[in-house]
Amino acid sequence: MHIDPLERRWIILTLVLMLAITGVLLGYAIAANLHPPSNVETIDSTRLHLTPEFAEDKLGVAKNPDGTLTVTMVAGRYGFYPQHVEVPVATPVTFRIASADVLHGVHVPLTNLSTMIVPGYVSEVTTLFEKTGEYPLLCNEYCGLGHDHMWSRLTVISPQ
Amino acid sequence: MNNDKAPALALANLWVAFTAFLAAALLGLYQVVERSGLFPAIESPAWYFAAVSTHGVLMGFVLTTFMVMGFGYYTATTSLAQPLWNRSLAWLSFWLALVGVLLAAYALLTGQASVLYTFYPPLRAHPIFYIGAVLLIVGSWIWCLEMIMMMITWKRSRPGQPVPLVMFGNVANALMWLWASAGVAAEVLFQLLPWSLGIIDTVDVGLARTLFAWTLHAIVYFWLFPAYIALYTLLPRAAGGRLFSDPMGRVSFIMLMVISVPIGFHHLYMDPFQETGFKLMHMFGTFMVAIPSLLTGFTIIASLEISGRLQGGTGLFGWIGALPWREPLVTAAGLGLLLLAGGGFGGIINASYAMNTLVHNTAWVPGHFHLIFGGTVALIYFGIAYHLWPKLTGRSLRSPGLVLTQLWLWAIGMIVTAVPWHWLGLLGQPRRISSTPYDTPLVAAWQPFETLMVFGALLLSLSAILLFYNLVTSQASGKSNPDTTLAYAEPVHAVLSLPRPLNGFVIWNWILLFWMIAAYGYPIVQFFLLDTYGAFPWNV
Repeated sequence: MHIDPLERRWIILTLVLMLAITGVLLGYAIAANLHPPSNVETIDSTRLHLTPEFAEDKLGVAKNPDGTLTVTMVAGRYGFYPQHVEVPVATPVTFRIASADVLHGVHVPLTNLSTMIVPGYVSEVTTLFEKTGEYPLLCNEYCGLGHDHMWSRLTVISPQ
Repeated sequence: MNNDKAPALALANLWVAFTAFLAAALLGLYQVVERSGLFPAIESPAWYFAAVSTHGVLMGFVLTTFMVMGFGYYTATTSLAQPLWNRSLAWLSFWLALVGVLLAAYALLTGQASVLYTFYPPLRAHPIFYIGAVLLIVGSWIWCLEMIMMMITWKRSRPGQPVPLVMFGNVANALMWLWASAGVAAEVLFQLLPWSLGIIDTVDVGLARTLFAWTLHAIVYFWLFPAYIALYTLLPRAAGGRLFSDPMGRVSFIMLMVISVPIGFHHLYMDPFQETGFKLMHMFGTFMVAIPSLLTGFTIIASLEISGRLQGGTGLFGWIGALPWREPLVTAAGLGLLLLAGGGFGGIINASYAMNTLVHNTAWVPGHFHLIFGGTVALIYFGIAYHLWPKLTGRSLRSPGLVLTQLWLWAIGMIVTAVPWHWLGLLGQPRRISSTPYDTPLVAAWQPFETLMVFGALLLSLSAILLFYNLVTSQASGKSNPDTTLAYAEPVHAVLSLPRPLNGFVIWNWILLFWMIAAYGYPIVQFFLLDTYGAFPWNV
């Protein structure tokens, strides 16, 4: 079987390139703990209102003892509840979101906040907003004919 | 030539493919115009999402499956010089798949299956939609069986001889598709269909999405395979040269077959129900599957360089101008490779584990796959059709000028459409929306890009109509073409014998089996260990 010397060099270059890219990604995953949002945790999406965490009066921003924040939200056709969330800038915020009905996704453009929201599972994602301002919280997964209208607001404020 | 009617079968398959393509392309124009917000009178989420669902099914499942089948039947019979393994079964597969498409189309066009081509449970479509999908998949399985049996019977009568590269590619695709389609088949047969019929009450959405992800990456290689096979086995000859390396083609086909199935979790990076360890594992495979594409790029460009220099091209780039650009397949491949370079770059960003967060489910993603699928794959499909048409119909192409115009229009139209689409994604626009009713300054920033896309979509529609016109008029009234023998490219170094792993698939199936168990074993079993809650059906 014939392998051209030039071809051999190209194969080596290709392998080095792929190892370099995956090496950088793996490096960040380990060193900076930079992962996409995995959270294997189940929940009965039809009974969210009866759970201690996702009942209507429990939703919203809560401060943890260590100074970080937890935002608890429910995604349902067609909105994210509570419909307005206010968090301080440069503070780690953990979002915990459950779907009350179908598949949804949440994305705040120009930030790292993004996760799928899957009925039957709890999504959890931790991020930190670097700039103050008003952001839309958009549903980015098709959830029905009203999908375009599913969005809420996020305000990132400067600490007093 | 061969009297077993393989050309008739191939033509039947290709006509279904391109008819579906034309309908889907025109729906695409409607979607771009609707979403632009420039014509409020035609805005309708019900129509829009019915159109998107139909467009996706026609382009992703119908154009591709029928193209793969038609291309496979014809290249198998011509390269092996033997009749179809079972002609009646091959026609049965055609009719099964076609009936499946018509059933699904009924549900889609009446707005009863606006669940997009990715199904998205717990949104529920009309059962007829899922039944149609099953028939299409079963039809494609029969095609796989035909390909495998044809290679086996050929090898039996010629022990030790190398299988022709074109057939090796067809069988690699058939085996890969059998492995890959098992995921979506399980989802439809055991979850969605009984659930839509009311036989079971709920489905586990996590399991359904995992099964779909099993299929979702390999399916794009199922679509890409005939294009790559044509680049290796038809293009070098059309360009007036030789294939740079035959074994490298086999290596690429084997890598595509083995690696493209156990890597589906890059579609689930942002989903909660799979652990990061499995996502990382699938990420490594995702990058490995770029290797056969990079090898293919090298081999094909080297083959073209040989052709260009044989035709008097000199200097570092002079050979490019010397290529026979009047050959439809050469122009289609050249433009296709250009778009593949752009689309591949975007793909590396999507595959990048954490960086994908910034573009996930934004307009960037459809921009990306329209470059690769709508650009590269579709262009090479056109090139294949133009290349095979004189052989299949016995008539020359009616107007070579219009053929080249059609290819260029498509490539330019796709760039004008897909580049702004990427920008929209970087500016945070979600995908799969029919309008932008958000109260944010971003909406104003999106408008110019959406307007630009309308012009791109107009070029694409014009090109789609022209393709249809070219194929119809050539078949109906092209000059008679007596030379209907399909000749394949010769490699620079003739292949006289091959090591067994490069001439068959047994060892590769075993490797894939163990890799699949590692990649999907626990991630699927976990749904039966966890205390999961299924989802009831919802209408759109």
